[in-house]
Amino acid sequence: MSYKIPTFRHPNLPKNDLGFTSKDYEGAVSTLCAGCGHDSISAAIIEACFEMSIPPHRVAKLSGIGCSSKTPTYFLGNSHGFNSVHGRMPSVATGANMANRDLLYIGVSGDGDTASIGMGQFIHAVRRNVNMVYICENNGVYGLTKGQDSATTDMGSISKKGEPNPLEPIDLCAISLQLGASFVANSFSGDKKQLIPIIKAAILHQGFAFINVISPCVTFNNVPGSTKGYDYIRQHMASTNTVDFVPPADEITTEYDPGTSEQVTMHDGSVINLHKIDDELDIHVRRSALKRIKDYKMEDKVLTGVLFIDEESKEVHETMNTTDVPLRSLTEKELCPGAASLEDINNLHR
Amino acid sequence: MKPTNTNDPEYFHKVVDCQYACPAHTPVPEYIRLIAAGRYEDAYMVNWESNVFPGILGRTCDRPCEPACRRGRVEDKPVAICRLKRVCADKKADVSARMPKIPRQKNGFKLGLIGAGPSALTVARDLMPLGYEIDLFEATASAGGFMRQQIPSFRLPDEVIDEETGYILDMGVNAHFNTRIESMKELLKEGYDAIFVGSGAPSGRPLPLSGYEIDKGENIQVGVEWLAQVAFDHITEAPVDVIVIGGGNTAMDCCRTAIRLGAKNVKVLIRTPINAMVASPWEIEDALAEGIPILENHNPLEYILKDGKLAAMKFEIIEYSVDDEGREVFTPTGQMETIDCSLVLLAIGQANAFPWIERDIGIEFGDAGLAVVDEVTFQSTNPKVFFGGDAAFGPKNIITAVAQGHAAALSLDMFCNGQDMRDRPEPGTNLISQKMGIHDWSYASMVTEEERHLVPHVNLDEAIHSHKIEVELGFDKDVALEEAERCLNCDVATIFTENKCIECDACVDICPVDCLTFAENDEEAKLRRNLTVPALNLGQDIFVSDHLKTGRVMVKDEDVCLHCGLCAERCPTSAWDMQKFLYISTKAGQQA
Repeated sequence: MSYKIPTFRHPNLPKNDLGFTSKDYEGAVSTLCAGCGHDSISAAIIEACFEMSIPPHRVAKLSGIGCSSKTPTYFLGNSHGFNSVHGRMPSVATGANMANRDLLYIGVSGDGDTASIGMGQFIHAVRRNVNMVYICENNGVYGLTKGQDSATTDMGSISKKGEPNPLEPIDLCAISLQLGASFVANSFSGDKKQLIPIIKAAILHQGFAFINVISPCVTFNNVPGSTKGYDYIRQHMASTNTVDFVPPADEITTEYDPGTSEQVTMHDGSVINLHKIDDELDIHVRRSALKRIKDYKMEDKVLTGVLFIDEESKEVHETMNTTDVPLRSLTEKELCPGAASLEDINNLHR
Repeated sequence: MKPTNTNDPEYFHKVVDCQYACPAHTPVPEYIRLIAAGRYEDAYMVNWESNVFPGILGRTCDRPCEPACRRGRVEDKPVAICRLKRVCADKKADVSARMPKIPRQKNGFKLGLIGAGPSALTVARDLMPLGYEIDLFEATASAGGFMRQQIPSFRLPDEVIDEETGYILDMGVNAHFNTRIESMKELLKEGYDAIFVGSGAPSGRPLPLSGYEIDKGENIQVGVEWLAQVAFDHITEAPVDVIVIGGGNTAMDCCRTAIRLGAKNVKVLIRTPINAMVASPWEIEDALAEGIPILENHNPLEYILKDGKLAAMKFEIIEYSVDDEGREVFTPTGQMETIDCSLVLLAIGQANAFPWIERDIGIEFGDAGLAVVDEVTFQSTNPKVFFGGDAAFGPKNIITAVAQGHAAALSLDMFCNGQDMRDRPEPGTNLISQKMGIHDWSYASMVTEEERHLVPHVNLDEAIHSHKIEVELGFDKDVALEEAERCLNCDVATIFTENKCIECDACVDICPVDCLTFAENDEEAKLRRNLTVPALNLGQDIFVSDHLKTGRVMVKDEDVCLHCGLCAERCPTSAWDMQKFLYISTKAGQQA
């Protein structure tokens, strides 16, 4: 009975620096369809947070509406959560982040929640560079309403209903790049080896980290003519790079050939190693990423991996010059600095 | 690694740890499910087919199944398999109508069976339904052998032995009680088609230290013989001070019997430390619970007699260690201790003796006083004479004797029919899907967190005043149900079909114990290390599938799989299925 999972775990389960096992990062048992790509993404988030020894109570997970937006229930059961209105997760995340900049914000959305009803919200979170991880679980179909084509369905793709999609799709990675996102990656739910290090890098990135994850819908969009089914993605997937993640405490022991690998140092001192597969992509140049996405699409291929990083970007708190601490830790002393301070301010305007 | 051959009957058999560990390969999860369903008669018959003495074994089995139980690897304690077996024996209705029909028309073969213990009775049980005529010779007045004579009644009441030996004797066995075979040569002249020796390991080893000769066996007695005397009511009381020498189950039976016969001051003395004793832990616990001290590291030196009568025994304290090669080393300390006693019971092991088998009739004997017996066919060097139970390879236990009885019966049947005894039929196996619906299986797939239940005992004061009152009471029906639910149904196998798998990771993500991995194929040692959780228990196999679409393989570590069925429930393409694997070990008359 899959609504209840046994409590026993493998007795040799490894522990992280906090003494937790991956069990401490699990959530409730998924109620999504068996074989849904979204469950693999939840498992990847669990594994990334476990391996990075993130204290679960320092995470806030946010979502909108849709199959994807149900998933925060299925990971990090000991973290904060907010299931918002359809497409409005970016605003809630922005507000929460403004109030408490100390938490790690993981937003989970889908192609409907992001590219249709929430498009207006999404693009503003990108351009503000809100410090959060934004994962779009993209299956190119409205699964919760029985399988209509979504705004990210490729032109000509055939879902279970059998009709080819006549409209141009929205490419969320390309749009994020154009709007100034400071971290953009594309990945596949069926490739955890790639997805887990990307999530880790996104967590460490200061600013808006967007990960588009192609996540097949086994019920409505895993048929031969679909461009978002398991078989299609496996046959057409191309990688810009493979990613290794080296935590700040660990010494980099592997020797990398300078021509084929690039090391990006994150703000906390940890390093991501990108093993280049595509020589033409420069992940620090926005235009290069946009070009390569188009080039691969012309060849009928899906480009995955880290597409762009700006590790020097200014996140929204810096831009807005907000307080350094969460609002809840401000006391009367800071909030009511007294008559002398008021006088100083008034003098500025005289 | 090559893909695992799951058509080999032993692959899934090994996954059913309890059944695999049982010498008779009783289908344990199968009868536990029947007990949970309240079908005690069916559960009893599943047992009876396999181990012949469910009521007896449910009280006295050495339980090799329990240390093997998967539950012990997942949490702390194994399922109380042995006590559940007793439940079906205790709670069942009359099963006599379900016993096999014995053909009136005999098959023309006549067998002689020596001894009415577990191995010979098993031979009779297997061969009577096939139409054999069987003469059974037993030196004492009743059937049961070791079970009757050497296990005290407070652990195994006579009625249980009567019932279960009765099912076999009632098949029409020509039982000759009080008939000791004095000469194998003479018996061979009787014209039997074959003879089976199941006479057990009848003599306990003596300990002839200084003073032993003077006592003449009056107050220094061999434990198993003393227990047999008690079983037949020839001995009804014990003196105040009793010493038991030895650390096995017989020693535990001796000391607990002595207390019940009126001894006030019973001590068990052993050469090793308590943690190196060979007795089963639960037997030691029961003896300690009855207030019997076990004095460790005591090496017996001499019997002290006063006026020709046993008065005390002298011991030297020794230091115990185990050397690099695993041998026990006893180092004397020079410190002596004398302990008063008026009865010494020796329980230091048993020895075989076959004075009644002449050495010139083609039966070769080996070193330990045992006949040379083939380990597969149980045939001796005289083709007509077969051995089984303790008489074959020395003292073991009841369930081993039963298993050997089954194997010997098969040999006897093949021998009489002129078949090659080495070309033995394969065990019967069967795989049946348990799927009833999307989230519905025909077995209880939920894994309970219930802890192992303790068996209730009678009041201790009451217990130690009679050697006939059974100490353990057995589970009641409610507790039996809860205990039965702890079984993980390891016989419900996870069956993987490569060409259905779309590698969506759903099974890997849901598996509560991380036993599934999609991996690049490699040699076994590397593959084991590269799994989600490395498969370090080499006693458990790993399953490796054929190549999948991406070139990877599915690897399953069998070690701690809960058989919860979640992999199959979360699989969108039914590449995983839960199928019940039934393994029936080969028995006489069962071949296709």
